[in-house]
Formats: sequence, C-alpha cells, structure tokens
Amino acid sequence: MSDFKLQFKIYGTSSILIEWPKIISEDVLKNMLNFKEFIENNYVKQKIHIISSYNSLLVVYDKGIDNIYNEISHIESWYLSFEDKNFNTTKLWKIPVCYDLDFGLDLEDVSIRNKLSIADIVKEHTSVKYRLYFIGFLPGFLYLGGLSETLYIPRKSQPRLHVDKGSVGIGGAQTGIYPNNSPGGWNIIGKTPINLFDPKAQNPCFAQCGDQIQFYSINKAEFATLTTNMKSNSYTLENTIVHD
Amino acid sequence: MIRVLDSGFFTSIQDAGRKRFQQFGVPQSGVMDNYASSMANAIVGNTSECAVLELTMVGPKLMFECATAITVTGANMSPKINGVLISNFVLINVCRGDVLSFAASTIGFRSYLAVSGGFKTEIVMGSRSMYKNVTSNHCVNLGDILKINATKRPIVSHAYIKYDNTYINESEILITRGPEFDFLNSAQLSVLFQKEFTISEKNNRMAYQIKELVVNQFKEIITSFVLPGTIQLTPSGQLIILMRDAQVTGGYPRVFQLTEPSINVISQKMTNHKIRFKLEDSFT
Repeated sequence: MSDFKLQFKIYGTSSILIEWPKIISEDVLKNMLNFKEFIENNYVKQKIHIISSYNSLLVVYDKGIDNIYNEISHIESWYLSFEDKNFNTTKLWKIPVCYDLDFGLDLEDVSIRNKLSIADIVKEHTSVKYRLYFIGFLPGFLYLGGLSETLYIPRKSQPRLHVDKGSVGIGGAQTGIYPNNSPGGWNIIGKTPINLFDPKAQNPCFAQCGDQIQFYSINKAEFATLTTNMKSNSYTLENTIVHD
Repeated sequence: MIRVLDSGFFTSIQDAGRKRFQQFGVPQSGVMDNYASSMANAIVGNTSECAVLELTMVGPKLMFECATAITVTGANMSPKINGVLISNFVLINVCRGDVLSFAASTIGFRSYLAVSGGFKTEIVMGSRSMYKNVTSNHCVNLGDILKINATKRPIVSHAYIKYDNTYINESEILITRGPEFDFLNSAQLSVLFQKEFTISEKNNRMAYQIKELVVNQFKEIITSFVLPGTIQLTPSGQLIILMRDAQVTGGYPRVFQLTEPSINVISQKMTNHKIRFKLEDSFT
C-alpha cells in the first residue's frame, strides 16, 4: 500500500525533495526506503543518488536536471504504481557499551532526574532494538528511534565543549553515539569501544538505514580488551540477519 | 613538492568535494568560491576537478621544491614571488627554491592557488578536500609538504581566458525558495527583501551567520537534509547561511536557497560586510 500523501519540492539546482507526512514512524521509514529502492531501479539512464532522513528522500541528479517538472511527474506517477512491502532483509547489530561511572558522566544525574537506579537505566537502554533511521549531523552519527520513554530527558542546559569519541548519550527522545570527539549537549551514560566511522574503509559505516541496533553492557576490563582489539583490527562487530 | 613556511590564517586543499557520501553523514566540502577556483585551474591548463589551495584572509608563505606553473585568483592578497609583487589571474612559471608569499586581503576574502597538474595530496572518499575526521589534516600547517608534480619545461599560456572579478564586491545575493519558504509571512518577507543584512564574525567554511535577527514563531522541523547554500532561520531569529562544509542534516526551517553564483559571492564576504537578498525565480 502506498497511501501516504507525498509532497515534492525542488531543492537546490539539481535535487528533488520528497516529503512524507511530518511524523517519525517505522511505517514511514519502511515506505520511504522501499520507494527509494523503487526509484533507483527505475532510473536506468540518468545517474542519480538518493539519501534518506526521518521523513524525506533527496533525489540528487549527479549531472543536473534538464526539466525538473518532468522528473517530478515521473516520480509522482511511480509512487502510484509502487507497491509497498516489508522491510528488506535488515541486520541487527550488537554494540558493546560500558556503563561505568567513569564513562557515564551523567549517569548519576539521569538517575536522580528520571528517578531510576543506574541498573535500571542500563536495563532500559539495553532492552530495546533501536531502528537506524539515517546517518547525519556528523560523519557516522546514527539517528536511532525507539528510546524507552523512561529515559526521555532534556539536553544539558550547558553543552560540553568536549565529548569523547564513542560516548553514548541520551537527549530528548533520542539516543546516539558520538562518532568522534566533538562538543555535545546530550547526557552521557556510557561509552563504546567500537569505531563508528572509518573514512578509509570500503564501507565507512557498518550499518545501513533500516538496520537495528541493540546495546549490551560490558565491564571496564572488557572495554579495555575490545579497545585493544579495535586498534589492531582484530575485532569484527557481530550482526544477525533479521527478516521482518 | 611545496614546503609550507607559514600557514597563513586558514589554508586548505580543496577540489570539487564529496558528492556521494552524505548518506554516511559526510559533508560535501570542496572549494567555497567555485568560480575563482575554476578560473585558476583553467589558467594553468588543469581540468576543473584538480585540487587547489584555498587561502583565507591572509595567505601562506610557500617554497617550491620543484618547477611548476602557478596562478592566483579570487581575493587579492598581494602575492609576491621572492618579494616581487605578481598579479592575480596571470600564469607564472616558478623554479625550485622560489618563495611565494601573501599579505592580508585587500579585496575579497578567499584566494585560490592552482599549480600545473593540481595538488596531489591524499584522496579520501573520492576527494582531496580537507575536512576534520575525514582527511588526516583539516587544514595546511607550518612545515607541511604538499605533493605536486614538477613541470619538465615552462608552460606557455595559449588561450586568453576571460574573467570577471566584479562579483567579489557584489552585495545583492540571489536566492530561490527553500523547502520551508512558505513558513514566511508577508511581514517577514518584506523584512528579508527590503532590509540590509550584516555578516557576523561567526563565519567559516561551514556557515555564515547574519547579525540582524528576523523575529518568527517557527517550530523546529523534523531533522531533514540541508545543502550548501541553504539559509536556515532559527526560532531565535538567527539567519544561518550554510556553506560547503555544512553538516548534511539540520532541524531549522530552510527558508532560502542561494543560487550557485551567490554561494561564490558569499564566500568572498567577511565580518561586517553588507548584503541584500533578492528572489530569483528561475522556474517561473
């Protein structure tokens, strides 16, 4: 079923923005990623690439567009004939996180503000399979959906000037991992030894839009071992194939 | 090879940028002023994809360790070879040991140095454009050695290349409608198109902020794509002109989109420069 009402907009000189209703939902994501694949399969002569965010696709014409209205009407008519299906085969990635107080700089603060014990914060954070909506903001920054409402918390009123690479944070209704050292306003609850972004790798980021991510708790000794293994490239991230 | 004797204010290697890596959250990067850098490449006989050196406000001091042909375009930073003033937009053959130096810019903000064959620094994700956490360095530093290929004999300029440098002082910025253009009411539109705006001191390769505020009651949008040249309007009234190193997504309403030539014009602006916005409706 392709029953979302879409909006088509010209954006910049060589791209078309396709907007789904202004909601963040797995149904929108599924419909959008499937339609993305459908468009890619239909454009055989023109070189395009498509990127996705929460509720929009950006179709970029690598060599520019001659008649943008023609292209818009093509894509509009394709959406009418397009049949939505389940998620394509996706992967579930298991990400180790050390929720030690040395890394989880705001764990105690979150515990007080959200009236949860630290053990409960870890339980709530690791029990969910988060959906990867898209990668944006910074290279390798994963936009994840599915945070437990018990962990919703405002961003810090004073952002930190320095947040360590690998820090795992919560802010608003979101959770995420800082792929590199950067300033940041999220509440830091742990740290992963996993490298989220490698610009020199064939595949710079291990996960793809639509994949699932689950965190699991490790102790400081395991964190140290994994950090060493990451440095010597002798660690491969675990994943399982998911059929929805 | 070129040895960096002084890095200048902010100097980086740039080319056409990374076009297909936004899906990993990687900015496009690339030359800020595409016109000036294309001219530089054309004058030394390069294709437009060749990497150039982008200089900002105050240029560097460089020593050539091999012969090559060079040109400087864009802002005027009074380039000198071995202490002797040279002109912008002129092809010059340099020898091993020659020193190229610059002063502060008198017109414009960014200059481009092209060398025959282009700079041969590392390629990451299909581009040599320097960007933090993508390339090894995010700018050129004192003591760096920049790889170039030596020319075997002096290069003669064949074609007369016509250039027009008047855009550098242009204050009229052409824009098209951004995805949230319709958020703007008539009062806001008349402010945006009738008032003069001032570039704030917060300006760099990522974004240029505007000093004057535009009062609005907009809500943030669900995080979506932004492009180089997108103008965001924040709930606090801040206008932010995103430039080549802009992050790939953002949550503020995207009211305007600069035309490509206007991105070049903004690239030559610095703190306290004045601009006016004008709607260009190319699709009507």
